Amino acid sequence: MASKKNININLKIWRQKNAKAKGSMETYKLDNVSTDSSFLEMLDQLNEELINKQIEPVAFDHDCREGICGMCSLYINGRAHGPDTGITTCQLHMRMFNDGDTIFVEPWRSKAFPVIKDLVVDRTSFERIQQAGGFVSVNTSGNTIDANATPVPKHDADKAFEAAACIGCGACVATCKNGSAMLFVGAKVSQYALLPQGKVEATQRVLNMVRQMDEEGFGNCTNTGACEIECPKGISLENIARMNREFLKASLK
Amino acid sequence: MAKSALLKSSIAKKYWMALTGLFLCLFLAGHLAGNLQLIFGTASQFNQYALFMTSNPAVKLLSYLTYFSILFHAIDGIMLTVQNKKARPVAYAMNNPSNNSTLASRNMAVLGTLILVFIVTHMVNFWAVMHFDKNMPLVSREVSEMGMSQKVAVGVLGSQAPYFPLDAKGKLNAEVIRRNELTQKTVTTVVDKDGYVVFEGQKDLHKITFDFFQDPKTGLIATILYVLAMAVLAFHLLHGFQSAFQSLGVNNKFTPAIKSFGTLFAIIVPLLFAIIPVYIHFVK
Ligand code: HEM
Ligand code: SF4
Ligand code: FES
Repeated sequence: MASKKNININLKIWRQKNAKAKGSMETYKLDNVSTDSSFLEMLDQLNEELINKQIEPVAFDHDCREGICGMCSLYINGRAHGPDTGITTCQLHMRMFNDGDTIFVEPWRSKAFPVIKDLVVDRTSFERIQQAGGFVSVNTSGNTIDANATPVPKHDADKAFEAAACIGCGACVATCKNGSAMLFVGAKVSQYALLPQGKVEATQRVLNMVRQMDEEGFGNCTNTGACEIECPKGISLENIARMNREFLKASLK
Repeated sequence: MAKSALLKSSIAKKYWMALTGLFLCLFLAGHLAGNLQLIFGTASQFNQYALFMTSNPAVKLLSYLTYFSILFHAIDGIMLTVQNKKARPVAYAMNNPSNNSTLASRNMAVLGTLILVFIVTHMVNFWAVMHFDKNMPLVSREVSEMGMSQKVAVGVLGSQAPYFPLDAKGKLNAEVIRRNELTQKTVTTVVDKDGYVVFEGQKDLHKITFDFFQDPKTGLIATILYVLAMAVLAFHLLHGFQSAFQSLGVNNKFTPAIKSFGTLFAIIVPLLFAIIPVYIHFVK
């Protein structure tokens, strides 16, 4: 990647005025894109051109632009977060593309993630799942116990930490042929189920989170494993299995 | 809450898919062991096995469990698939799923539906014949008397007339059928007008099977379709076997072994099933 070069690309981007409007794929030509730029910078460049031409810029989600907030989404050339593994869209670089490429850019497609505008989707369904049980109740009235005062086995701590790496981006849902959110929910359930502090509310947590997940209209996991491969944080299918175990335990109680 | 969750929740539906699916895998292993007698056993061994399978009470119970599992698995599977389609109302204009999942894993419902079509056809061809066909060939033997050779049905122990004349095709003589009543159970029972049991003969499923795959007109196509159906089953199991363990929450140090065993099972079992009609059609 030593040679700095610019490429010309064709973009096919989903445009949709608002949540109610019927959208469509629109084609844009964009010249002189530096291969050193990130995918989002490329979209910034496109938007600048559009604004100069008095065309409404393309709306897309982003915040940290360093792979930790989970805001950026985008289904690029048929893959969540585009043609690279272990990254978010803000970490995708234009050097992954060639001169003359046609690049499809679409929003996450899921009943539970309705499109608000263009490439922006509403992911508050994830928040409602979290609110249904993705927390530990702590007494904060001045006598909070320091978390480190409770010993946690190293193995469990590591597994919980891996699960907690989930940034709630929704790539798992977007890539799953069933629009299933089980990798996300599995990670959130596991993160607490593995820790002593989380065991107290374990039964209600898994039942409530799964119920909320179903109510939001996410599909059912068929273990294709697509989510695990597209997840920017490498969340493992083990977490879904753990959620399935937790759910069975809780249902039988 | 907890109780209804075990029926309605997305995860519970997966448990049922997995449990019925794994039970059907056990059924396949048992069924295969029986079928292999078509190659390695004698005709009478195979017919003895067929009689056992249709009369033993424990086997009866297992067979009801199997019918139930197939129905439940198919209905649950189709319901899940319909729900999953609804979870993505707008399709992607460009999608590249082969980057992250196998073809079989993405087409379980199509593969399953094809298996269901096969199961129904299979039951019409063999199971229904065995259970309901009044004119089914009976286990028979050639007897020579005074230089005349004749095909006779062999009666089961204790029947009134141990031998019964058959026509050239090995089936009960049309005249016999007209004159007497036939009751249908695991054996063909011929009853005369006064309700007196004249003859009890064992059905010849071995002959039915061989005739089916050796039929000069339809035997070849039947063999080919059977082999294709087994290929479909192989793909279903290639994903399904290991998937069932994940659904049940088993993902641990045994998972690599489960995956390897599942792959072997998914290839070997359908392959052995498929060899049988090929052997009957081409070798016998
Ligand atoms: C002998 C016949 C069959 C066997 C041994 C079998 C076995 C299995 C197994 C082990 C699974 C994996 C379950 C899981 O992932 O939890 C599965 C999944 C599936 N089967 Fe079957 N199956 C059979 C017939 C059928 C039939 C007749 C259908 C009918 C439509 C069907 C539809 C499905 C579907 C849609 C799935 C995926 C569902 C999911 O993963 O949630 N299968 N099967
Ligand atoms: S599990 Fe992975 S893909 Fe799914 S929301 Fe979390 S970080 Fe994103
Ligand atoms: S913008 Fe924060 S992860 Fe991409």
